[in-house]
Amino acid sequence: MLLASLLGLSRLQFALTAMFHWLFVPLTIGLGFIIAIMETYYVRTGNEFWKRTTKFWMKIFAINFAIGVATGIILEFQFGTNWSNYSWFVGDIFGAPLAIEGIFAFFLETTFFAIMFFGWNKVSKNVHLLSTWLVAFGTVLSALWILVANAWMQYPVGMEFNPDTARNEMVDFWAVALSPIALNKFIHTVTNCFVVAAVAVTGISSWYLLKKREEEFARKSIRIASVFGLISLIVLIWSGDGSAYHVAKKQPMKLAAMEGLYRSQNGTPIVAFGILNPKKSISRLERDSLGFALQEPYLFNISIPKGLSLLVDRKSNTFVPGIEDIIQGGYTYINDLGEEVVALPVRERMKRGRIAIEALANYHKAKEVGDDHGKELSLIALKENFSHFGYGYIEKQTDIVPNVPLTFYAFRIMVILGGFFILLFSLAIYLERKGIIYKTRWFLVLSIISIPLVYICTQAGWIVAEVGRQPWTIQDLLTTGASLSGVSASSVMTTTIMFFVLFSVLLAAELTILFKVIHKGPAQ
Amino acid sequence: MKEPLVKRIWLFYYDGFRSMTLGKTLWLIIAIKLFIMFFILKLFFFRSELGVYSSQEEKSEHVIKNLINPK
Repeated sequence: MLLASLLGLSRLQFALTAMFHWLFVPLTIGLGFIIAIMETYYVRTGNEFWKRTTKFWMKIFAINFAIGVATGIILEFQFGTNWSNYSWFVGDIFGAPLAIEGIFAFFLETTFFAIMFFGWNKVSKNVHLLSTWLVAFGTVLSALWILVANAWMQYPVGMEFNPDTARNEMVDFWAVALSPIALNKFIHTVTNCFVVAAVAVTGISSWYLLKKREEEFARKSIRIASVFGLISLIVLIWSGDGSAYHVAKKQPMKLAAMEGLYRSQNGTPIVAFGILNPKKSISRLERDSLGFALQEPYLFNISIPKGLSLLVDRKSNTFVPGIEDIIQGGYTYINDLGEEVVALPVRERMKRGRIAIEALANYHKAKEVGDDHGKELSLIALKENFSHFGYGYIEKQTDIVPNVPLTFYAFRIMVILGGFFILLFSLAIYLERKGIIYKTRWFLVLSIISIPLVYICTQAGWIVAEVGRQPWTIQDLLTTGASLSGVSASSVMTTTIMFFVLFSVLLAAELTILFKVIHKGPAQ
Repeated sequence: MKEPLVKRIWLFYYDGFRSMTLGKTLWLIIAIKLFIMFFILKLFFFRSELGVYSSQEEKSEHVIKNLINPK
């Protein structure tokens, strides 16, 4: 069973720790900007109300930051222990962005962090405001480099594989840093963080209104948060559209899984809502191709005709390949050079991947015996087939299909909740401007409920991105199986349990402190 | 007479930390968390598999062996 295996446990551990880390990061990033906006109001108006308001949300920011800080380091620990082949294989591609993140962005944050908290009566208003904005930007800069590293996993560019060291070496830093996947992912993720913070501020403020406390503070906080949130959502949707466009080009299997699309057609519809047919499972594709082919992919679905073609290619008649189409190949698509090419069947990619792995082995054998001609031939074979390297580890064709139900439903949860938040912020703006938000009880309750919903939404987004990427750690180049260390499954199980305990305690501590601070309210 | 810059920076942080209330609790949590992460988890449970090798050549040999002989 996958979960009991080393691979399953290592993936589970990474997924859980990443999801835990992601409980804290969005609020830190988003709240940093909301605080900066509020403090800007204070500096411009001189109104002490805004200073009090800013200081309250800064407390929330500080608690979240303190509990969340360094939770990402656990992921780096796992690279070395559980994923040593991967961490070696990526070479300096991962190391460089993470190093920049650590040195530059983190120090920027922590330096000005001190001024933000200690400097209220010690530096001028403008210096303090500048520090607050720099902390906000610092958090975004941290996110940028992590997302550049993650984007490279989805679309590896700007590197050359060194067969002597078995490491990828960065040859073009800007290709990595400015890859279209990286830029889009950065905008999408950061605006998502803004939305999380905006929902949190709206929800917490709504609690005060429900309790008939701090009315002015709550109304004005909602006013800022809901406008900030709505603008962020518009950019988020735009970047989400961009994500789909890029995923279609670089990770077509992920898109097919997101849609539960098995067999496609010209002018592919998009599923707005649907329930997958559990009988249409990948294991059946292997066992019984005829029976599988007869199964409908959905028990129920509402589709928009040609919607997926329009989304991913801006043309109504584009063929967007499904899972079976990708496995069987033979359809045409436009590659990175703008050329029309025929997609290789997965079987052929597996063959070329094995040639690449064998070429690497032969290269080293030839190197050992001093056979320069053999080395040269092996190097040629490796370079010709390197783009299929990861397929050499695939045992059966359906192994390249990610978990379809998880990807499909996570995508829909994310999109549906995103739509809900547009409504939430729009209502908040309307009710606040009408001056009736404080007495619209149903809305206030809805706002509070929205806080856990926005966390579900943001986690769902990462599930789509990372589960949809399976079985790859590096798209097409390295599978999760080949990335593993030789650590024992029991050791991974032990550390997973330890994390679970540690993180549960941290989460409980954060929530306890947060609730106390919220209950106390803004200082008088 | 103005105090030296280094002293002023030091006093800024010193006074700031001293006057913290909630901040002291948060710093305690951070300190405990970092201690557990670096001195317990990292030391005893998260040793790098490649850390047993002293040279880059040995590390790459280990990984190459894994890559060309998949499990």
